Amino acid sequence: MLELSGVERTFSDGTAAVRDLDLRVRRGEFVSVVGPSGCGKSTMLRLVSGLEPTTAGTVDVAPCRLGYVFQDPTLLPWRTVTRNVELLAELEGIPRVERRRRVERVLDLVGLTGFEQARPAALSGGMRMRASLARSLVLEPELFLLDEPFGALDELTRERMNDELVALFTGGAFTALFVTHSVSEAVFLSSRVVVMSPRPGHVVGEVSVPFPYPRKPRLRFTPEFGRLAGQVSDLLRDADGGRDEWVVPA
Amino acid sequence: MSSGVLRTRWLPPAVALLVFLGLWYLVSDVLLDDDRQFLLPPPHAVVEVAFLDPVNRAPLLRGLALSATVALIGFLIAVVLGVAIGTAMSQARWVERSLYPYAVLLQCVPILALVPVIGFWFDFGLTSRVIVTVLIALFPVISSTLFGLQSTDRGQHDLLSLHRAGRVTRLVKLQFPSALPALLTGLQVAATLAVVGAVVGDLFFKQGTPGIGVLIDLYRARLQTEQLLGAALLACLLGVAAFSLLGLLIRVTTGGWHGSTTVHGRPR
Repeated sequence: MLELSGVERTFSDGTAAVRDLDLRVRRGEFVSVVGPSGCGKSTMLRLVSGLEPTTAGTVDVAPCRLGYVFQDPTLLPWRTVTRNVELLAELEGIPRVERRRRVERVLDLVGLTGFEQARPAALSGGMRMRASLARSLVLEPELFLLDEPFGALDELTRERMNDELVALFTGGAFTALFVTHSVSEAVFLSSRVVVMSPRPGHVVGEVSVPFPYPRKPRLRFTPEFGRLAGQVSDLLRDADGGRDEWVVPA
Repeated sequence: MSSGVLRTRWLPPAVALLVFLGLWYLVSDVLLDDDRQFLLPPPHAVVEVAFLDPVNRAPLLRGLALSATVALIGFLIAVVLGVAIGTAMSQARWVERSLYPYAVLLQCVPILALVPVIGFWFDFGLTSRVIVTVLIALFPVISSTLFGLQSTDRGQHDLLSLHRAGRVTRLVKLQFPSALPALLTGLQVAATLAVVGAVVGDLFFKQGTPGIGVLIDLYRARLQTEQLLGAALLACLLGVAAFSLLGLLIRVTTGGWHGSTTVHGRPR
């Protein structure tokens, strides 16, 4: 589905965000990328999506419909939920009737039915993120890039959104590349967790998560889940040179 | 409207107005000797002479209509020109680099000093007055358009880039709507400047069909203080009307979603 080899991205001021980055994602996988802040995780997604060019190396993405969910919901404040969710379909030239049919379906999927006419300002943080997810889902993406979409949400909302994302992944037919710095979120969502080094970022290790989908919320409290989360945390600590000031998020 | 709104929103300015009128009467009736009262006649005299006497009211209203027309035409031209120039600047760096310095220069030049030249070239009719008005009102439209179009959220731009949106799509679906609050605030400034341009430009022309400005100059020369103050008051009201109309437009178009808009002091 996706292959990065020897990828480097250096900004005009000379700082390298990623260097020697190798990553392969197979069709149907849910891969999370964790790493310390500023390690180039977001840059990696921008390179995959083509928003930014590489300085060296190759990015190979199978031709497919791409979904990209940003850290911020990036909703247009003057549009209602419905009009926001249909934006990308509008850009892709999907006819209005078909657009509205899809919007209705995805709003139901993310639990925003009843808020069709609300403006973003009237929504909670979680609901805005749901609208943002819905906006991408309208195009039925085959490769879903998610850049710390739940980072700004409180713990409870975040867990609920994780449950919903797992349900979407189970029911849908997409491959996901998910960036986060929450270890438990990564383990809960993914079939594989990749750990990145501090800047310039590259892959320093990975942990397979063999739990089958669909996953139940209670999975988070099983000993096996804790063991895998511990492995990821250890990798992170090693990657960060064992520095103490970096605290592994819960 | 609740009594609370009445108290917090309308009472303070009403009190301020009363105090102002009181001071006016104090100066006019108490401080000024009778033979010098013509310098500041009391408010009721201004109303009586300038607004209730048809001999004075007719030319004042005709002048007001002319100045309002000049302000409106000038404002509309400034909006069309300013939005076009601002948009062009936002689309190409070289346009911005080549034009922006002159837009700033336009703002710095005392346009009124150019009035004799403009009158010399374009005569002293409607055209010259409109030109002066446009020159005065243009800059805030250009700068607010440019600022508004350039301050669009980067993430939203990325979103459109992912779907290969072209310049026009980007402008229509993203940049213009998100520029609207800044643009309309600029237009509000421009609208009041257009009134200033129409009235003061007129004052400097001193000839042609009399607008409010020519009347002001006339009354000044004749020491007709009541009419002079009446004319000034009408000019003020014209400016306030322009400001309020734009305020209404802002509320109607962006009030539903723009964060800084509040209704009765409550954030929406």
